[in-house]
Amino acid sequence: MALTATESVTSATGSFGSASALSCRECGARYDLGPIFACIECFGPLEVAYDFGTVTRESIEQGPKNIWRYKALLPVPVDVEKLPNMNPGLTPLVKADRLAAELGLRSLYVKDDSANPTHSFKDRVVAMAVEAARVFGFTTLSCSSTGNLAGAVGAAAARAGFRSCVFIPAGLEEAKVVMAAVYGGQLVAIEGTYDDVNRFCSELIGDPAGEDWGFVNVNLRPYYAEGSKTLAYEIAEQLGWRVPDQIVIPIASGSQLTKIDKGFQELIALGLVEDKPYRIFGAQATGCAPVARAWEKGYTVVQPVKPDTIAKSLAIGNPADGPYVLDVCRRTGGAVEHVSDEEIVDSIRLLARTEGIFAETAGGVTTGVLRKLLAKGVLDPEAETVVLNTGDGLKTLNAVSGTGVTATIKPSLSAFKDAGLL
Amino acid sequence: MSVSVRIPTILRTYTKGQAEVSAEGATLKEVLADLETNYSGIQARILGDDGAIRRFVNIYVGDEDVRFASGLDTPTPDGVQVSIIPAVAGGC
Repeated sequence: MALTATESVTSATGSFGSASALSCRECGARYDLGPIFACIECFGPLEVAYDFGTVTRESIEQGPKNIWRYKALLPVPVDVEKLPNMNPGLTPLVKADRLAAELGLRSLYVKDDSANPTHSFKDRVVAMAVEAARVFGFTTLSCSSTGNLAGAVGAAAARAGFRSCVFIPAGLEEAKVVMAAVYGGQLVAIEGTYDDVNRFCSELIGDPAGEDWGFVNVNLRPYYAEGSKTLAYEIAEQLGWRVPDQIVIPIASGSQLTKIDKGFQELIALGLVEDKPYRIFGAQATGCAPVARAWEKGYTVVQPVKPDTIAKSLAIGNPADGPYVLDVCRRTGGAVEHVSDEEIVDSIRLLARTEGIFAETAGGVTTGVLRKLLAKGVLDPEAETVVLNTGDGLKTLNAVSGTGVTATIKPSLSAFKDAGLL
Repeated sequence: MSVSVRIPTILRTYTKGQAEVSAEGATLKEVLADLETNYSGIQARILGDDGAIRRFVNIYVGDEDVRFASGLDTPTPDGVQVSIIPAVAGGC
């Protein structure tokens, strides 16, 4: 029996396409679609449940060249592409032969999500939250952010005509702060870590000051998180309707990793791809590796940590979906691994040097973990592998601050020849 | 010792809509037991059958996540703010 979430929210099923209800991932309690995120019974996370109709490869391939080609699999209205939205997605899946050769891999692809409108994968999830906010009648969009999300929310709010007020920890990279502020919304830095910001937002939402706000990753989180499924759909479609054998995914809260698994499972259930095994690997920075530590110890729960890493977009010390990441990696035969800040920087350079992709620190984390797990013999070098780059290196320039000009010379041929570069 | 406890929206059915209530106790465990005395049923929503804090509940005493302190044995000095918050938030 579906419970009513709150008296003020009426059922909005028609506005959410094939989405039919919210379901507690812990205890299975079901709720009408509404702006709620935690189970009333057990505080567990709520997931969007669907009644999918017939979905074919052809119907998807005829859709727009962005995430809305998968709208039948998302909690959005059927005419979503007509609404003002950032229309992210369909980013390149780069065949990374030079990186593969250097690492000793047979077949490697980089899913380069820096190609999204605000240069990170966050545009995918925010696109879902915007549509949910519209349905629920929110006029202000908000979030707790490690930087990329703040920019994505600011831009999407501007495009769709929402007010925005977003919260970040003080001390983020300058490029992320500027990019979050330029869209004209309010940007508030909070003295503390991301986990402090997150706690603040969770309290604000229970206060009259914030009760009418759409927090994309709090009260809109069940819808928002579904956007990460589109990474799975795109990778499979771009591989020729095939799920890769292995995939390396960064872990911040862990939601993205669990949603990519959900996306693959849906494609298999709908018969859009062959039902074959795949292995999911999670990547963290050593300075914020609560899930990797739990993995090493064989735990099913995650002990929070205080983050200290240059990979600020992954610096969530108390990851909400950590236990589910452990479940997914165990079930698929994957693993969770971490790399040091030095390895992150070196891996950013490796990816740039071999594939012409300038990743932000999170991409250094995934590339570093790819290399480390290959060296340890955990990843199969013969298996088709995908590694995610979820953001743009221009936002974390300080990570490679030692990089610069090779030489400064007078404008003459002799000076160039004398510089010893040939 | 009297402390102030912030109640998340989904538990306010127990507190008749109040967002903040007072409770007594020298440790978090005692504070939660006192809450149960006044708002019957609320403790079972915060603690699991094993008596531990549910994995999707965060509790703060002042600014400290009690998982970084002494869990249910964390001291609750007079006048401190205790916050109960759903853990499923943030990130992606």
